[in-house]
Amino acid sequence: MENLQPLGGKIWTKPFKVLTLLAVIGGIFIAKRFIFGIGSVTNLSDGYPWGLWIVFDVVTSTALACGGYAMAMLVYIFNKQEYHPLVRSALVASIFGYTLAGLAIFIDVGRYWQLYNVFIPPYLNVNSVMFEVASCIALYVLIMWIELSPAWFKQRYGKVPGWLNKIMFFIIAIGVLLPTMHQASLGGLMIAMGEKLSPLWQTQFIPALFLITAITLGYAMVVFESIFSANQFGRPVEMKMLSKLSRFIPFLTIAFLVLRFGVIAFNGDLGLIFRFDLAALMFVIETVLFVFPVVILWKPENRQKINNLFRAAVFFVIAGVLYRFDTFIIVFNPGHGYRYFPAFQEIMITVGIIALEIMLYMIFVKRLPIFPQVKHA
Amino acid sequence: MSSYFPDSEMKTESPVSGVSRRDFLKFCTIMTATMGLPAGMVEKVMAAVENPKRPPVIWLHFQECTGCTESLLRATHPTVEHLVLDIISLDYSETLCAAAGHQVEEALHASVEANKGNFILVVEGSIPTADNGIYCKIGGKTAMEILKDIGPKAAACVAIGSCASWGGVQSAYPNPTGATGVSELLKEVPVINLPGCPASPYNILSTILYYLTLKKLPALDGEGRPVFAYGRLIHENCERRPHFDNGRFAEEFGDEGHRQGYCLYKLGCKGPETHANCPSILFGDVGSNAWPVGTGHPCFGCAEKGVGFHKPIHEQAAVYTVAPPATYPDFDEPKGKGIGVGAALVVGAAAGAAVAGGLKFSKVLKESDNSEEKKN
Repeated sequence: MENLQPLGGKIWTKPFKVLTLLAVIGGIFIAKRFIFGIGSVTNLSDGYPWGLWIVFDVVTSTALACGGYAMAMLVYIFNKQEYHPLVRSALVASIFGYTLAGLAIFIDVGRYWQLYNVFIPPYLNVNSVMFEVASCIALYVLIMWIELSPAWFKQRYGKVPGWLNKIMFFIIAIGVLLPTMHQASLGGLMIAMGEKLSPLWQTQFIPALFLITAITLGYAMVVFESIFSANQFGRPVEMKMLSKLSRFIPFLTIAFLVLRFGVIAFNGDLGLIFRFDLAALMFVIETVLFVFPVVILWKPENRQKINNLFRAAVFFVIAGVLYRFDTFIIVFNPGHGYRYFPAFQEIMITVGIIALEIMLYMIFVKRLPIFPQVKHA
Repeated sequence: MSSYFPDSEMKTESPVSGVSRRDFLKFCTIMTATMGLPAGMVEKVMAAVENPKRPPVIWLHFQECTGCTESLLRATHPTVEHLVLDIISLDYSETLCAAAGHQVEEALHASVEANKGNFILVVEGSIPTADNGIYCKIGGKTAMEILKDIGPKAAACVAIGSCASWGGVQSAYPNPTGATGVSELLKEVPVINLPGCPASPYNILSTILYYLTLKKLPALDGEGRPVFAYGRLIHENCERRPHFDNGRFAEEFGDEGHRQGYCLYKLGCKGPETHANCPSILFGDVGSNAWPVGTGHPCFGCAEKGVGFHKPIHEQAAVYTVAPPATYPDFDEPKGKGIGVGAALVVGAAAGAAVAGGLKFSKVLKESDNSEEKKN
């Protein structure tokens, strides 16, 4: 097993200060939300009960946090041990994405003090997609913290307890199963929305499409985060591994596009692309953004250049995020004249949560053994 | 059904004289529906109505206003009155008897003796019990004595109206006459209570026809009321119920909500605690809305013991089913706002910073790529 070590260094850096400021602003608005209610900080309405918080903080943020899941699947299920050095940093990024998604739920749900009822056995509604998502995400957050706990044990006591190592294979297996379920279910939520969603998005295959893009987003985020943090923390880029890893992105994207266009064509709805309305426009933009990474990463020699990897990852992340925003907000039309654009304070709460996420990531990688040791030549 | 329609013409006289076949059929169908019987029972009801052996009915009046008799005679379809007088043998009724005085008293006692154990006793009005019942006397006998004498000889007793059912208006505080319902005093025979002020005429017609058709009494609830008529709260079938559930109330008479036909609960409507079928069968055969709530006045609970004449008219009712919440969501929800200035600035700044940062970072990476290439 490779050597992992804390990066060390100062915590209270200039970027950290800026993030702290954003987090504090977000925290103030969160306090306002809990004192004066959701209406005081958001533009949510009966037509759009799910706004920025659910769509970004939960749906998108957990998809972006699929790096840990995608890497665990690759390393432990498909047994590609050569990628193992990337697993732990991906896991840390995932942990904060998911944990703060759970926090965001508390802010977003109107009667948050009732939320615990979801987990009370007599109240379990096993026929509900929402229950599936809620229980899966909650359990997965717990699982991920267990998965990361060896890093803490190592740092604190110098070794990982034996019993933890013994059960870890089971924890990891569950940790791969759960996101497979709830990332699909997050898309499945929208099936219930029926004709409020354009047929270009609304198909019975939304769960599959959400799952494929979530896994691909996982890889794209691992590439993005690795390059970005290597640059920020002054570390060499794991170029060999990343260029090998990045080849999954075009394959998965093509699978996604084939399935998506196939289903739309099978339903006879391809003509909707040429209606030149908002849905058609967003669909074209999405498709172009999805095609970019395929074009950039298609040839093996292109995958050797770090800039190409970065650009492809960024385009796929934008495409995947836009796909989720389109499905839940932009193309979603509840009718009856409802409109939605997140309010300033609503956005600042999300910004604050993201800032907190990055701050925690920075603390963790500097204080716990997350990144592989740099081999000095 | 064909046997009811003679070959030659539809409009023949029915066995009940003075009623066209069409009206007769209509009446029987309405009655069957009111009793809650399936449509297939119409024929049986008709057969029962046409039976020449008419059951004797003795109708006693005590402390009352004759409103129930009036509503039975007037508020129904005109032909029904004929029909009722023809299908039953009304041997004694102070309102309808042509005879008077000792003559009619004799007729009463002759009928009671002749039909002992077979006649239906209808009681209208409460029985005063204070001071040995001296507040209501007929032919020198108190109401208590008359009931004690005639009551046990009947096959069954129908207490029509709230007075006979539980005391009615006379039993309101301080109840100086000690007014009491029939069922308190008459224990020997089954008593069917048909409360209401006045009782809906269809409920007594249905009860009597039920008995004639099926030769048994209809199912009764704990208060002795037929379930088919009193099984549900007015609140449950009220035409204004959706307004209650959505929090749209008339706050005072003549206000905007009152004119819009909103729920009258806050004006003291006793629908939530009164059992009766008023919202379903209405009153007076004059079409929709012909019942108190339909005309814009809260139900005052005339049919419910302890509510009508007991609670103040505008006191809010106890709600046994779903209680209205203290606050309601607006039913005119905001439709959401478009993009705000602050939000636009934040999104624009974030997008701009991301694009600029991304381009700059991409440039840095490109340079490092180039230097790598040069090295190689």
